[in-house]
Amino acid sequence: MRRPNWVPAGTDLDKPNAARVYDYYLGGSHNFEADREMARKAMELWPDLPQIMRANRAFLRRSVEYLAEQGHTRFLDIGSGIPTFGPVHEIARAIRPEARVVYVDHDPVAVAHSRLILKDDELCSVVEADLRDVPDLLSRPEVAELLAPGEPVVLLLVAVLHFVKDEDEPEKLVARLRDALPPGSALVICHASLEGRPDQAGSHQDLYKRTPTPLTMRSLERITGFFEGFELLEPGVVFLPEWRPDRPEAVGAHPERMTGAAGVGRLP
Amino acid sequence: MSEGLSQDDPDGRAAEFHDAWAGLLRAGHGSAVHPGTLSRLAGRSADLLHRARQDEEFDARLAEQAGAMLVDSHFTDPAVLADAVVLLQRYPVRDGRGPALCGAFAAGWAAALRERTLREQEAIRLAADTARQEVERALRSSEARFRALFESAAIGIGLGDTEGNILAVNRALQEIFGAGPEDMRGRRVNDLVHPEDTPGVWEAYEELISGKRDYFQFDKPYYRHDGEVVWTHLTVSLIRDDDGVPQYQVAMLEDITDRYRLQERLRHQATHDPLTGLPNRAAFFERLDDLFEDPEPGARFGLCYVDLDGFKVVNDSLGHDMGDQLLTAVAARLDAALTPLGHMVARLGGDEFVVLLENCRGEQEAVAAAKTVLAALAKPVLIGDHKLAVGASVGVLERRIATTTPGAAVRAADLTLYRAKEAGRGRWTLFDPKENARAVSRYAVSVRMPSALDRGEFFIDYQPMVDLASGSLVAVEALVRWRHPQLGVLGPEEFVGVAEETGLIMPLGRWVMEQSCGQAADWVARFGERAPKLSVNLAVRQARNAGLVGDIDRILRSTGLDPAMLQLEITESTVVGPEDEALKALHAVVDMGVSLAVDDFGTGWSNLAYLRDLPVSGLKIAGSFVGDLHDPAKDTHLGWRIVSGLVSLAHTLGLTVTAEGVESRADAERLRLMGCDWAQGWHFGRPVRPGEIARRIAEVNLPAADFAREN
Repeated sequence: MRRPNWVPAGTDLDKPNAARVYDYYLGGSHNFEADREMARKAMELWPDLPQIMRANRAFLRRSVEYLAEQGHTRFLDIGSGIPTFGPVHEIARAIRPEARVVYVDHDPVAVAHSRLILKDDELCSVVEADLRDVPDLLSRPEVAELLAPGEPVVLLLVAVLHFVKDEDEPEKLVARLRDALPPGSALVICHASLEGRPDQAGSHQDLYKRTPTPLTMRSLERITGFFEGFELLEPGVVFLPEWRPDRPEAVGAHPERMTGAAGVGRLP
Repeated sequence: MSEGLSQDDPDGRAAEFHDAWAGLLRAGHGSAVHPGTLSRLAGRSADLLHRARQDEEFDARLAEQAGAMLVDSHFTDPAVLADAVVLLQRYPVRDGRGPALCGAFAAGWAAALRERTLREQEAIRLAADTARQEVERALRSSEARFRALFESAAIGIGLGDTEGNILAVNRALQEIFGAGPEDMRGRRVNDLVHPEDTPGVWEAYEELISGKRDYFQFDKPYYRHDGEVVWTHLTVSLIRDDDGVPQYQVAMLEDITDRYRLQERLRHQATHDPLTGLPNRAAFFERLDDLFEDPEPGARFGLCYVDLDGFKVVNDSLGHDMGDQLLTAVAARLDAALTPLGHMVARLGGDEFVVLLENCRGEQEAVAAAKTVLAALAKPVLIGDHKLAVGASVGVLERRIATTTPGAAVRAADLTLYRAKEAGRGRWTLFDPKENARAVSRYAVSVRMPSALDRGEFFIDYQPMVDLASGSLVAVEALVRWRHPQLGVLGPEEFVGVAEETGLIMPLGRWVMEQSCGQAADWVARFGERAPKLSVNLAVRQARNAGLVGDIDRILRSTGLDPAMLQLEITESTVVGPEDEALKALHAVVDMGVSLAVDDFGTGWSNLAYLRDLPVSGLKIAGSFVGDLHDPAKDTHLGWRIVSGLVSLAHTLGLTVTAEGVESRADAERLRLMGCDWAQGWHFGRPVRPGEIARRIAEVNLPAADFAREN
């Protein structure tokens, strides 16, 4: 049963939380012992994890930079978590000082943290909402205003769709968000894939089962499917380092070791 | 001082260090940083380190700044520190300040990391606290909302655990129970039993608290604190925990005492005679209808229709008040004498009473009841100073339920009563079908009948005829009814005889033919091949009428009904000999494509020879054969053998056999095994309005078809 929306989610600090675990992988200290314990265990099994998270963060940066250079100034970052470093508004404003960002997360601690950081930023807002309830998410005034007709919006679903279970029908959620986007908008996705390190996928998903946000890795084919209705920009859906690298040699010898699949699509 | 880099470094070691330093930063965390940003960071930090190495006077702060600069740019991985120290050692400094420089760099990095860690921990703690406060605030306000909802609800709400302990009740519930908060404390749900509790309410309660059901609803009485009874509409719901284990029960009660009392009073008023307190006419007919609703095959009932002798004299001479007192006394005596026997005594109106015997065992029992009525009224009634001798006449009817209808039964009992009155008062008379028919026609039928057709008092019901092998509806028999203004609805057996005698059968028969053919054509238009064939009874006089062929031809043309969809039912007496006029007409009708069946086969004194001359294609075995199979007085075995013989006779002659009066599944199955083709009777459906037939056609799978599929 879904909670009625006026009863907020709990803030149980004794359970690991995806946003804070991610922060720990990236060398941040916005985390608690339960988060670190889980992260340490995960890293013991899969020492590449911090590197993967950095690749993920680098993709976010490159995609936002690219889209800002294309002229985008509105960003909707769903599953923004704790922006340990390089949050979207900072990246975008280096190119577009007028860039506006709405951050959305369903973790009350992550939301509270983002609000503390952004309380004086008039062009950014933070919304506590759940990606699995798209109508509710779209009805929030901050989101509705950002999506108002006129200017295209960049919808960022970075490392969040793999926290949506199949039974919650992630394809339908993305399609509903797509239908709310003005023409010319863009969709940015990165998602844990099964193909990069099939040997690691099972045990890693098991670890996340204990968290309030279990992880579902998906095939490249399904991840590509999220872009239905969008025109995929070059180079399509690829492993994280392969998406428009800063320098050709930055791709490295084994981009698949970064396991995450990434892509950017444009809404006609 | 940074511009001095190349001057103080003639061998180019500084440029080399710078490159190595930039390469170090590009690895690890640097991969996530924009190349331009990274290169600016590398330049600025390398510059600081350069100055720390080359400046005349060693300034540790420059190295510390460089270390802090990395942390500020999120180079927090200890591996960066290790790599940096290795690199610094690889480029030694002349005056041996290298270790101090490394130490200062490491200290700067560590101090910045410590600051950053503390700052971030503080920030995340603050965020967690803020979030928690927000949650608590929301919980408090939601709790406050719930409390307000609970306390100020107009409906009574109580919360209990699954042990039955009452944990909380709201104000409205206290008001319903007339109790204060302290009165409810420590009470248990089980204390709230009331002797008038609806059956099943406590079973439902047990099922609820054990988790077998999630809610129930009943109207339930409770004792208020002052001992008064309060009636409530009660809804109890179960609340489970996340694992589905029952936790609490929530009861919601609405005070419906006034509504309940009013309903009770209205119900009593609606079903009881205000003068005598006996069940009234409506209650009697309701009970009678229930009895006819779904009778056991072979079930019987009895009616004693009672009318006081000489009541009018009492009323006229002693006044209505005395009359009313007499009626009350009579009612009390009848009630006392017959109700203990399990019979229902009702007042139909005026000085008419009726006794209903359910599950009657035979005529003797009904007659015994009539005698009890007379005995109960034998002694004079004492009212004031008057000793009133009241007698009564009783009409007794005792029948198998399946052979009649409530309306016909009461009418028959009433007419039997009149025969008792005519025969002299103070006696009972038993129903006689012939006398009854005579009485019906004498009293009402013949006089009114001629104008009844013009007034539109006739209508047609249709009885389903079912194919025994497939269970599907194959035909319907058209049965004319007369909605008589005084007698109610009369069946054909009650007026067709008179119609034949008076000649009205001709226009009536034509009307039935027109109406039913039109109806049948409509079903064909709507349902195509699923439409049933139409079977219409043809009276003797119609068959002998010269206009018959022309009439049928005209009706078939005007309605558009395919002649093959029409079957005429004639009786054995229609054709009396090979020279009969009727024979020619019937041949002509069959030549048109209409089929012919003999109705009530086996009940006349059959001259089987006519089967040779008549172009019939079907026989209908009279209902009395099948019906009698349940009469304990008749030989069942023999009855079945007669039916079986008739079936094989018909099949030998190539005729279709229809069994009438089939009332049970067992009989239907037995007939099917005998090879009987079609059947009709209550088991397959009573005569009903055409709309009901249409509904059955529309349902492809008829419920009555079940028995055929089971075998």
